[in-house]
Amino acid sequence: MWHNLAQLARYRGLIQSLVARELKARYRGSVLGFFWSFVNPLLLLLVYTFVFTYILPARFKNPDGQSDMDYYALFLFCGLLPWTWFSSALLEATGALITGGNLIKKVLFPAEVLPIVSVLANMVHFFLGLIILVVFLLIYRHVPDLPGLVWFPIAVAVQLVFTLALALLLSALTVHFRDIRDLLSNLLTFWFFATPIVYPYFLESVARFRWLFNFNPFFHLATSYQEILYFPGPVGHAKWLLALGGASAALFVFAYWIFDRLRDSFAEAV
Amino acid sequence: MSAVSPARVPAVIEFANVSKAYRRYGGRHFATLKSALLQRSLLRDLRPSEIFPALTDVSFSVPQGSTFGVVGRNGSGKSTALKLVAGITKPTSGRVTVRGRISALIELGAGFHPEISGRENIYINGTMLGLTKREIQRRFDEIVEFAELQEFIDAPVKTYSSGMYMRLGFSVAIHVDPEVLLVDEVLAVGDEGFTHKCLDKFGEFKRRGRTILLVTHSLGLVERFCDQAIWLDAGQKRAEGDPKRVVGAYVTDVERQEEQFLASSDARTQHEVAVGERRQEGPVDAGEAAMDMSRAAEGRWGSGGVEITDVRLMNDQGQATHVFHTGEALTLRLQVRTTRPTSDFVFGVGMFNAEGVCVYGTNTDIEEHEGDRLDGAAEISLVVEALELVEGTYKLDVAVHRRDGAPYDYHRLLYTFRVKSRLKDVGIYRPRHHWEFSGGVKFKRTV
Repeated sequence: MWHNLAQLARYRGLIQSLVARELKARYRGSVLGFFWSFVNPLLLLLVYTFVFTYILPARFKNPDGQSDMDYYALFLFCGLLPWTWFSSALLEATGALITGGNLIKKVLFPAEVLPIVSVLANMVHFFLGLIILVVFLLIYRHVPDLPGLVWFPIAVAVQLVFTLALALLLSALTVHFRDIRDLLSNLLTFWFFATPIVYPYFLESVARFRWLFNFNPFFHLATSYQEILYFPGPVGHAKWLLALGGASAALFVFAYWIFDRLRDSFAEAV
Repeated sequence: MSAVSPARVPAVIEFANVSKAYRRYGGRHFATLKSALLQRSLLRDLRPSEIFPALTDVSFSVPQGSTFGVVGRNGSGKSTALKLVAGITKPTSGRVTVRGRISALIELGAGFHPEISGRENIYINGTMLGLTKREIQRRFDEIVEFAELQEFIDAPVKTYSSGMYMRLGFSVAIHVDPEVLLVDEVLAVGDEGFTHKCLDKFGEFKRRGRTILLVTHSLGLVERFCDQAIWLDAGQKRAEGDPKRVVGAYVTDVERQEEQFLASSDARTQHEVAVGERRQEGPVDAGEAAMDMSRAAEGRWGSGGVEITDVRLMNDQGQATHVFHTGEALTLRLQVRTTRPTSDFVFGVGMFNAEGVCVYGTNTDIEEHEGDRLDGAAEISLVVEALELVEGTYKLDVAVHRRDGAPYDYHRLLYTFRVKSRLKDVGIYRPRHHWEFSGGVKFKRTV
C-alpha cells in the first residue's frame, strides 16, 4: 500500500493533464466556453440574493447578537462554494471508476487517479467561483480580517484531504455496490441542511445541538470558511479545523487502504 | 526468421502454472448495499458465487526478441493471458513475470476524450502510456504522420471516423517504444495500406530485438511472422512451439469441430423435413429451381416412386465428412430404392453457395446417361476429382426424377459441406491455375 501511495507522486503529470482535459472538455462546444466557470457561480449568487432579499428576507443577527447581518447572500456564498466543490466532487468520484471502466479494463492504469481527478477538477471550479466571491466582497466593501486569511489555505487543504478520502472510499465501494450513487445524492441533500450554510452557526437552535453538530465534519469546514471570509474578528474555530485535518489524514490512509485492497477486483467488476 | 533458442536467451515474459478464474459477483441478483446491510452479508457478497476458469495451469515463456503468437478460439483465454501480461488483472494462482516496459495494443484509443482535439488526446494518451511530456513532443510529428491525420489533428476526436480513431490509438501506442509489445487483434484497424504499415512497424520492432506477443485469428500472420506460438483451448495450453505445427494442430481441431457442427445441423434439417409435410408440390426441374434460389428453403418433395434413402459426402479416403479443402476430391454417394422397376429415371445434383448462386448443376440426363432400368436398391456416386471452389459453405440439392422433370424424390438444400482454403481468393469458381513469371520480375517469397 505504501508503495502504491508513493507511486502516486509519479502520476502527477497524468493527473495534471487529466484535470486539464476534464476542464477543457466540459465547456467545449458552448459559446461562453470557460467563462461558464465564472458565470455559473455568479448566476447562483444572483438567485440566492434575490430569493433571500425579496422573497424570503432572511434576518439573522451578527455573532454579537445585536446588529442584523448585512449581505446575507455573501455569507451564504462563503459556505456554498466549498460545499459545491465537496458535493459535486463526491458525486463525480463515486461514478468515476465505472465511467472510466474502459481505462481500468483495457489499459494498465492507476485507478485511484480517476476519483482524484474528479476532486481536483472541482477544486479548480471552486477557485474560479472564489474569484466571483472576492469581487463581490470588494464591491460591498466587506473586507475580511487580513490575519485570519492565513487560515484560508489551511481550510482548503483540510477540505482537500477530507474530500479525497471520501472520494477514494466511495468510488471503490460503488464498483461493488452501485446503490451508493443514488444513496449519496440524497444523503448530500440532508448533509447540506445539517450544515450551517444557509443559516449561521451561532444560532441558538444550533448551539443547543452543538455536540451533535460537532460530529459533522463539514460543520467545521463551513464555519471556518465563514469566519475567515465573512465575519470580523479572530478565527475561533481554528482548533477544530486542525483536529479535522488530523482526522482527515487518518481517514485518507484508511480509505486508500480499502481502495488498494479492492483494486484487483475493479478490472473484473466494473 | 531469426532462430531464437529459448535456452540461451533470457525470458521476457514467463507464465508459471498460471490460472485465472473470473468471479461472477452475486450471481443473478445483484449485490446491493441494502441486501448486504440487511442480511449482514457484506463479506459474503464480496465473495464470488460462481467461478469461471479462464486459464488453467498455463506455463510458457517468451524469450527476449522473439515474436510469440497466441492462437485459439473465441473465449479460449487469449485475451485474459494478454491482460495478465499487461498487469491489468492478477493471476488467481501461479506467477506471471514480465521484464521491461510494456505497451499494450489491446483497446486502441481507450481513454480518448471525444470532445477534445486529436493533438490534446495524443498528449493525454501518451502520458497514460507512461511517456513524459518531452518524449511526446519529440515523437509528436511521427505519431501524427504514422496515423495519417495531419489535416485533422486539431479537430475533436468525436468527428473522427472509427478508422481514424483506431489509427491514432495505434500510432500513439506503438510510439511508446516499449520493450514488450502486446498486440490483441488490432491489425484489422485500417485499410490495406495501414495494415502493411503496421506490419512493417512490427518488423522494425523485431529487428531491434524487441519482444512481441501477438494474439490473433489471422493464422497466416502467426505462421509468417512468429518464431513461436501456443494454442490455447478452453483456458488450457494444447500445443506450444513451432508456429506452423501449432497452427496446423489448431486448424485440424477447428475443422473437426466444424465437421461435428455441420453434421449435426444437417441431421437436424433432414429430420425436420422428414417430420414435416414432405409430399408437397415443388419446382419441377433443376433449372427452374435454380432461378428462385433467393427464396428457396430446405425441403423435400416428390411422388415417391423412387426414394433417396441416404446421401453421403466422402473425401478421397472414402471417409464421410463435411469439410473439404480446395482441390480435394469429393464423392457424393446416393442410395436409392424403388418400389417397382422403372426405366424413366434421372439423377440430378445442384450445388449452391451461401448467396444462393448455383455453382454447378447437372444430371444424368444432361450428361447423356439414358436410364434403362432401376430395380430395388441402387447406389449412385458423383465423383468430383478436384473441388475447385473458393472457401465457403455450400449446399446441395439432390434429386431423382422422371425425364419430363416430375420428381420422385427431391431433396432441396438438405446437405451442407464446407470448403476451406488457405487463400482468401474470391469468386464462385476457382479454375485450376498457377502463375508464371519471367523477365525483370521477382517476388520475395512464395506464400
